[in-house]
Amino acid sequence: MDTKVITINQLTRRFKETVAVDNLSLEVHAGEIFGFLGHNGAGKTTTVRLLNGVIEATSGSMHVLGLDPQVDGPTLRARTGVLTETPSLDERLTAWDNLGIYADLYGMPKKTIKPRIEELLDEFDLADRAREKVSGYSKGMKQRLALARALLHKPELIFLDEATSGLDPVSAHHVNELIERMARREGCTVFMCTHNLVEAQRLCDRVAILEHGQLVALGTPAELTRKYVRRLDVEIEVADEQAEIALKVLRGMSDVVIGEPKKPNGALVVTINHRESIPDVLACMVQNQVRVYRLAPQEADLEQVYFTLHEEKEGVS
Amino acid sequence: MNARAILAIARKDLKVVSQNKNVIIPIIIIIVLFFVVVPWVIGLAPTLIHGLDGKLVSIEGYLAKMPTGMQQEMAGYTISQKVIMFALVYMLLPFFLIVPLMVASMIAADSFAGEKERKTLEALLYTPTTDRELLIGKMLSGWLASIVVGIGSFVLYAINVNAAAWPQMHRIFFPNAMWVVMIIWVVPALSGLGVGIMVVASARAQGFQDANQVAGLVVLPIVGLFYAQVAGAMFLNISIMLLMGLIVWIVTGVLIWFGSRIFHRNRLLAA
Repeated sequence: MDTKVITINQLTRRFKETVAVDNLSLEVHAGEIFGFLGHNGAGKTTTVRLLNGVIEATSGSMHVLGLDPQVDGPTLRARTGVLTETPSLDERLTAWDNLGIYADLYGMPKKTIKPRIEELLDEFDLADRAREKVSGYSKGMKQRLALARALLHKPELIFLDEATSGLDPVSAHHVNELIERMARREGCTVFMCTHNLVEAQRLCDRVAILEHGQLVALGTPAELTRKYVRRLDVEIEVADEQAEIALKVLRGMSDVVIGEPKKPNGALVVTINHRESIPDVLACMVQNQVRVYRLAPQEADLEQVYFTLHEEKEGVS
Repeated sequence: MNARAILAIARKDLKVVSQNKNVIIPIIIIIVLFFVVVPWVIGLAPTLIHGLDGKLVSIEGYLAKMPTGMQQEMAGYTISQKVIMFALVYMLLPFFLIVPLMVASMIAADSFAGEKERKTLEALLYTPTTDRELLIGKMLSGWLASIVVGIGSFVLYAINVNAAAWPQMHRIFFPNAMWVVMIIWVVPALSGLGVGIMVVASARAQGFQDANQVAGLVVLPIVGLFYAQVAGAMFLNISIMLLMGLIVWIVTGVLIWFGSRIFHRNRLLAA
């Protein structure tokens, strides 16, 4: 059953003259990892604050877990977990204290607190240093602890705001693994703000791309690449003795830009301006009696989608 | 109202502040200076300085200008005993009020403004606490700390005053009823007022230092009270203490009511 966990309808938030979120409409479904992409200042954090009833909307409506954040803020926040951009931990306290205090703030039943904290500290590889002050932790450890705190009360919906920002690749990978494992195992919906496109591509079921507070694209990564990335890099492997003929044929095609041959197999690498031209390229090669062993379009990724949209947007403005 | 959440906020703040040397060290220095060193200097001076009684005769004229109530309480004592009583029981009384007020103000200044500075506020705002619970939790931490410090300082002062003045007084003369009223009635009220002002100021300030500047203003009326007492313009007795406490409680109540109406987490992130 497909349940809408978040429904946003023409949501706008202004800060004086600045429009942080501009007429945003989207839906997030139960159980999905939803990527919310955009550059710094695109309106991602403001949206998370709005969806948790921490700030008020200027106009528009939203429903999160069936509740209106502006009316039912405390009830809603008991069912969501948020990992803020900075870990937001009390560094003078121990990991155990940080979690214990938030367990009380989330109203967890007393008898469940200790086992749950122990479970999370074990899971997040922090058990050995649980009684040490957080100020002595590495950045990755702090981020893992902050994630443990966000998951402490078993939220149905978790918001991650730049969860791996500033982490080294190993720590970032570890955090991403934890996010994926927790999301899939505990069945919670993840709303993930990021500008890390590789991470979004790997983790997210669907993504929304935000530019200056406006939604510019929404869909699965595959849908978005098909829709927005027209230009494709294609590897073409032909018989060695036919490479020159193949190049001549390709140079004659207006839609094709020839790149450096790929090492070590010597395959030709061309950029085709429109996905629709791929069959024409193949047909032209065949007509010229070039034996094509392999024609492999390189899968476009979210990074290309993002930059295509960004260029379009900047070009317009 | 969720009492458990309120207590959790207060517990968190008290734990954090107890680790903050910038808050703890000034408090310890002031407590030791005023409630240990000063009683011993004043209490032992008449015993250690020979012939001080003769020099103190000129002070008798000054004490004669004090309000009648104070003079009646000191009637029958020697000049050394009168000087000890005046200094330790009356003169330092307004000063005593400064300490819990200062503790309340420093902790309250650290509440929202300190959390903003340490970037710990946002996580707290995402918890299911209501705005009112958040405000009361923050106020409670400063208030509880100032009450504990106030009572602790009072006990420390009482021990030191009686011990230091024993060679002259030969009896336990401290505390009198006025001090007891002050501790159980005025100190909690004044701490509440200080906390109320500072938490509201802290919610609007960017950092601890910004908020702490307001603390100076909070202490000013107490300094005025000290000068009024020393100059003989005012004599703090039990009735005045009770009245003062009542007024401060009312003002504190109004402030908390007003604070809870204007306080919204929405504005904390915008400030």
